[in-house]
Amino acid sequence: MYLRPEDRARPNRMALRIAVVGGVGVALFAVLFFRLWSLQIIDGAENLAQAKNNRTRSTKIVAPRGKILARNGEVLVDNRTSLALQVDTSKLPADEAARNAELKQIGGLVHMTLPKVLKRIEEEQKVVAAGAPITVRNDVGYQLIYYIEEHPGKFPGVTVERVFVRNYPQEEEAANVLGHAGEVSEEELESGPYVNLEPGEIVGKEGIEYTYDKYLRGTPGTSRYQVNALGEPTPGGKLTSTPPIPGKNLKLTINPAVQRAGEAALAERGLPGAFVSMNIHTGQILGIGSSPTFDPTVWTKPLSNKEAELFFESEVSPLFNRATESAYPTGSTYKLMTALAGLENGYITGSTVVDDNGYIELGTQKFENSEGAVNGPISLVHALEVSSDVYFYKLGARMWDTPDLQDWSHKMGIGVPTGIDIPDGFDGLVPSKKWRDELFEHEPPLTDRPWSQGDDVQLAVGQGDLQTDPLQMAIAYAALGNGGTIVTPHLGMEVMDAAGRVLREIEPGPRRHVNIAPESRQLIMEGLHLATSGPGGTATPVFAEFPIEIAGKTGTAERVGHGNQSWFISLAPYPNPNIVTVVTIEEGGFGAESAAPANKQILEAYFHHDIEKENEEKTEVAEGAYGEELPLEEAETGEGG
Amino acid sequence: MMYATRARQARPELFDDRPTIGERLGLARMDWLLTFAAVGLIGFSVLTLGQATTHDVPGSPNYYVDRQAIYGVAGIVGMFVLSRIDYSRFRELRVGIYTFLCVSIALVFVFGFAARGSRRAFEFPMFSFQPSELGKLLLVLALAGFVIDGARRGSPIRRTIRYLALGLAPAALVFLQPDLGTSMVLVVGTLAVMYFGGVPWTHFAVISGAIAALIALVLVVAPAVGHPVLHEYQQQRLTSFLHPSAEPGGAGYQQDQSMVAIGAGQKTGRGDQATQTRLDFVPERSTDFIFAVIGERYGFVGAAFVLSLYALLIWRALRIVTLSKNRYGILIAGGIAVELLFQVFVNVGMNLGIMPITGIPLPMMSYGGSSVLATFLAIGVLQSINIQARLSRQGRFAW
Repeated sequence: MYLRPEDRARPNRMALRIAVVGGVGVALFAVLFFRLWSLQIIDGAENLAQAKNNRTRSTKIVAPRGKILARNGEVLVDNRTSLALQVDTSKLPADEAARNAELKQIGGLVHMTLPKVLKRIEEEQKVVAAGAPITVRNDVGYQLIYYIEEHPGKFPGVTVERVFVRNYPQEEEAANVLGHAGEVSEEELESGPYVNLEPGEIVGKEGIEYTYDKYLRGTPGTSRYQVNALGEPTPGGKLTSTPPIPGKNLKLTINPAVQRAGEAALAERGLPGAFVSMNIHTGQILGIGSSPTFDPTVWTKPLSNKEAELFFESEVSPLFNRATESAYPTGSTYKLMTALAGLENGYITGSTVVDDNGYIELGTQKFENSEGAVNGPISLVHALEVSSDVYFYKLGARMWDTPDLQDWSHKMGIGVPTGIDIPDGFDGLVPSKKWRDELFEHEPPLTDRPWSQGDDVQLAVGQGDLQTDPLQMAIAYAALGNGGTIVTPHLGMEVMDAAGRVLREIEPGPRRHVNIAPESRQLIMEGLHLATSGPGGTATPVFAEFPIEIAGKTGTAERVGHGNQSWFISLAPYPNPNIVTVVTIEEGGFGAESAAPANKQILEAYFHHDIEKENEEKTEVAEGAYGEELPLEEAETGEGG
Repeated sequence: MMYATRARQARPELFDDRPTIGERLGLARMDWLLTFAAVGLIGFSVLTLGQATTHDVPGSPNYYVDRQAIYGVAGIVGMFVLSRIDYSRFRELRVGIYTFLCVSIALVFVFGFAARGSRRAFEFPMFSFQPSELGKLLLVLALAGFVIDGARRGSPIRRTIRYLALGLAPAALVFLQPDLGTSMVLVVGTLAVMYFGGVPWTHFAVISGAIAALIALVLVVAPAVGHPVLHEYQQQRLTSFLHPSAEPGGAGYQQDQSMVAIGAGQKTGRGDQATQTRLDFVPERSTDFIFAVIGERYGFVGAAFVLSLYALLIWRALRIVTLSKNRYGILIAGGIAVELLFQVFVNVGMNLGIMPITGIPLPMMSYGGSSVLATFLAIGVLQSINIQARLSRQGRFAW
């Protein structure tokens, strides 16, 4: 075979070119092998983990929150299922006009205008986890499910989900302390108290729901399933699921009878006020309430503008718990502290007699008994019975340059934290020389004068700058009743599982013990008993026919810019009390006018078994011996300041 | 006369002189390693498709594997047939081949069937045919002929320009289909034929500079002045490997998923647990991203085996370049070898996340009749060169 020169292969020059191509080929294959090695061997484990993560999705299964029960098992808070219309925003059209058109349609399903839907989505996006569906509206009707299911494809990304919503079978009962639960907020996730939670979880926001959140909140379950690249579950791809653990139930110390009686007593009077009823030995709160109150279901749906204004801007906000967060003067009910300070520091004894001529004069100031009463020479017991202001004015005046009254106030729990198991803001204030002098020496002065004798005179009868609340007064009176134990007031009683087994008993021990001489206690108790039963007792007219013997004290507090505030504090039964009940009613007039009758209503509810029994016995006696029963004598009425 | 007797006895019988069937088929003179590599690759392809695509077409679990097996058998038959034809005939037919090449590609615009916004193939009742795939081989055959034929006509520069014009015309047609990947293979094939045809290095330097400038123009300048040459998706694919996993669902995401899939295969692969490629995380798993399937299912062992087969294939192709009895053989063997190397590197590199997404299939591995058949025919041409070289060496000419 003959080859022309140009057709002949030229080995030398060609060999170079072939070698170059071969070299390039070797280099390229080396790159591929190295890269393959790097991906599969060096980073293999990491890539495998990512691949596994890639194919699974997990959805959260909401755990219902625990129930909150009253001490007799009556349900105060439980859950109901509600249907929520949710939208997966990632499945909405990207084009804004098309997106808005669809949102408008979705809004139309639940009677919401487009701006409302957009606003809602914007708000929700701040709180829910990225990519999680957004709840457009809660509590939609069942027919919506059918409608959406009948029109598949018309509403991409729209689902109707079952969610748990707090339910209040007893309506307003104990609304002030139950608090509410809601979706955890961004701030709570960032700076506490819910840093470890995931967005979208329901947590306690206020009150009992907040304090006992760790028991009430369940653990959400998860369902893991395998998905393809579009995020669609693959057939048979369900991998594992962790069932949700429902929250534990919480039993409160609340006695529904007492609670309802207290709420009704306040509601009847239609004035702002509060009541606390507490076991003096254990600190268990049997009833606590504040008026005005509110329907807790407002928290289960968006607040209306009107509600928001009432709750957050109004002076008579129902959210303000007057039992634990108020800052009231107490009037004569404070004489307990004055009497203890006087007795225990040796200023007075039971036989010390003070001449009550109706007023005392300190320099230019004149302090009078209320309604110009003149009681003449009286001892402590009688002074408590008739609520002589002059007796305590003089006692206060003697203690003015000592911290004795302030010390005893603090000892008894006034102006110090109560330790109650719901959030309460203000600890109160017992005005003192140090406090006022510091204000006065402040530059510029925050008060017009330094501490004077008049300040202690005022404090001695619960007036002046004193700021306390019904719960602190309840603690002080409980300490008197139990002989000096400062209890920890609490509402939580037992943590229970769903089957009702008690998992934990809540028994906060006493906070401290105050040494009160038995004689001192005896004297004061006697005085308080006479105040409700003696001929000159300020509350005798109210309690004269009450079958249970009690000790009690009226109070009429003067508040700047307000009418007289009515107080009544009872310890029952006398002489060995086990329950303290405090009622205060703003602008309720004299203590015996509104607070004492309200207090009686609560006691009637608490003692209704005993009262019934007594009535039966009476009836039997009456039936056995006609006419022998004499009507009780009409006691003379008297009012105490 | 012991010697004479012995000599007579030792003379081969007439019967033995008759060529066996094997000899007739040229089996003995074929490059068996090349055949082994090619058959091994199509076998591995069928195996992979059989295991990985059973759920892809509802109701026919063997849709891909059956068809790929048929294409493979047809390709092997085609390879044997072509190996028996003296490739030098193609040099004589260069004008006809070139005309057929250009016309068939052009006709796609008229009669072709559109898939995903691109017209690339003719639709026949039983199959579709993509002329540009066969064009990879035809262009090399024709262009090599033109190079030999015009070796003495015109100055070197004129010759270079002529070759470029001849090669770039069909490449441009394919680019307009649009099929960026195949047009790039045609350009590379053109350059390879020119390279082995002896075009001076200086010309290649200029061409390289021009290509670099063109890339800059197409990717950076043209979009900037508002006259993009590439479709947006092409642009994204080309640049996404530089910044992978930019957004889920985008081109970078797909490539990222491919890398995760391969990496997840680790040493020995995940077998049926290969979720990345089974659950659609990796797109185009039967075609462009089949290497990711291999990587995930069979691990480094399987992927390295496949790469080794390609290395073997290209080594044998380059060896045939050195064996060729004439320049025409060198040119076409060189063109085919470089085209194969380019396709393997770009496709596997794309799967491994180091090359852009260009839509170039993996020869003999990706599902697709036109590609499988065309590649086997190209290997048949290589075999033909090998057989012719052996025959001529046994004859008078051996260099």
